[in-house]
Amino acid sequence: MSNNSAANSSLVIAQKAVKQLRLEASVRRIKVSQAAAELKTFCLQNAHKDPLLTGVPSSDNPFRPPKSCVLL
Amino acid sequence: MAAEKAEMDALKKECDGLRAQIEAARKAVNDNTMSGAAGGVASVGRVQLKLRKTLKGHLAKIYAMHWSADSRQMVSASQDGKLLVWDCFTGNKLVAVPLKSAWVMSVAFAPSGNLVASGGLDNICTVYNIKAASPKTLRELDAHTGYLSCCRFLSDSEIITASGDTTCCLWDLETGKQKIMFTNHIGDCMSLALSPDMNTFISGACDSLAKLWDVRDGACKQTFSGHTSDINAIAFFPSGNAVITGSDDCSCKMYDLRSDQEVIGYQDTSLNAGVTSLALSSSGRLIFAGYDDFNCHIWDSLKGEKVGVLSGHDNRVSCTGVPDDGMGVCTGSWDSFLKLWN
Repeated sequence: MSNNSAANSSLVIAQKAVKQLRLEASVRRIKVSQAAAELKTFCLQNAHKDPLLTGVPSSDNPFRPPKSCVLL
Repeated sequence: MAAEKAEMDALKKECDGLRAQIEAARKAVNDNTMSGAAGGVASVGRVQLKLRKTLKGHLAKIYAMHWSADSRQMVSASQDGKLLVWDCFTGNKLVAVPLKSAWVMSVAFAPSGNLVASGGLDNICTVYNIKAASPKTLRELDAHTGYLSCCRFLSDSEIITASGDTTCCLWDLETGKQKIMFTNHIGDCMSLALSPDMNTFISGACDSLAKLWDVRDGACKQTFSGHTSDINAIAFFPSGNAVITGSDDCSCKMYDLRSDQEVIGYQDTSLNAGVTSLALSSSGRLIFAGYDDFNCHIWDSLKGEKVGVLSGHDNRVSCTGVPDDGMGVCTGSWDSFLKLWN
């Protein structure tokens, strides 16, 4: 009996594997040249809004403590 | 018995055939590389970010951090048994959440800012209300049979978890029950990232694969291979059309979802340390990758070149994060400190 159920579960696993691969094989793929061009365009179009690329001016830097003079 | 063996052989043959078909289909559209397409793009030059704050407060290794959607608060998790919620503008600690189990591996902030979640070797994802007078446990999500490696909120009522039991799971926080299980990895799931539109998420696992899942129907839609060791970190490119992975094989890779393949790799012969974490700048141009070599190296995502480094930690960089407004990078380390850079 246990032999049968082991064999059955291997079969079920194999059937699931085939089903999954069929799904993944059916994906519609676009050319890498087009995909890469669009990723590049996205970066370039958003570059001016990217503070880590453009730099953060000291006066506007939320992580930098505001400079203040303390007279003791 | 013979019939079953014959069926198994037929199924195995079909699997092999399908794998070959997928590889052929990927090759057929592989007419360029990302670095090839970016040939004409100006270099970003040397990226030199300054250390703006060191957040001190944890007493042991920091394992995870996550920015709040307000780009100001951030939550960190340490194996000192605490979650700390920080105001990163002032450096003040706002909330301390004591954990039942100190073996925490992941932490997440809900988009609303009302809830945080954490989990680890206890196999449980615990959700806390941090807006109450003192942090209150809202839910203990207990069904994984392996450690909790990562968690991310979809909203105050849904969270996705990734586990060492090789599955990911979507939970309903109103009932505390599992809604959908995502099963297909054959190794511990180590990290997950939500797509910008929240309809899909990506997981990275110890089987060296990254998988794209449909949040609502549980289906694994695509599988990306190429890494030769555990994938520890994963993130979506901001357009939602690509994912970046970081691995124990010391490299990062970008996979484009629509061409279903790797389009560029980020590795350097001088870098012999595993990648623990990664985050992207808001345009997607810069990748901040935390490594076991105590540094966070900065990569140009289009050209595949190393363009900078964040040095300052005295131990492994275990977590990295860029807030939604892109104003800085936070690194967290086994040295017990968090650092803010921009």
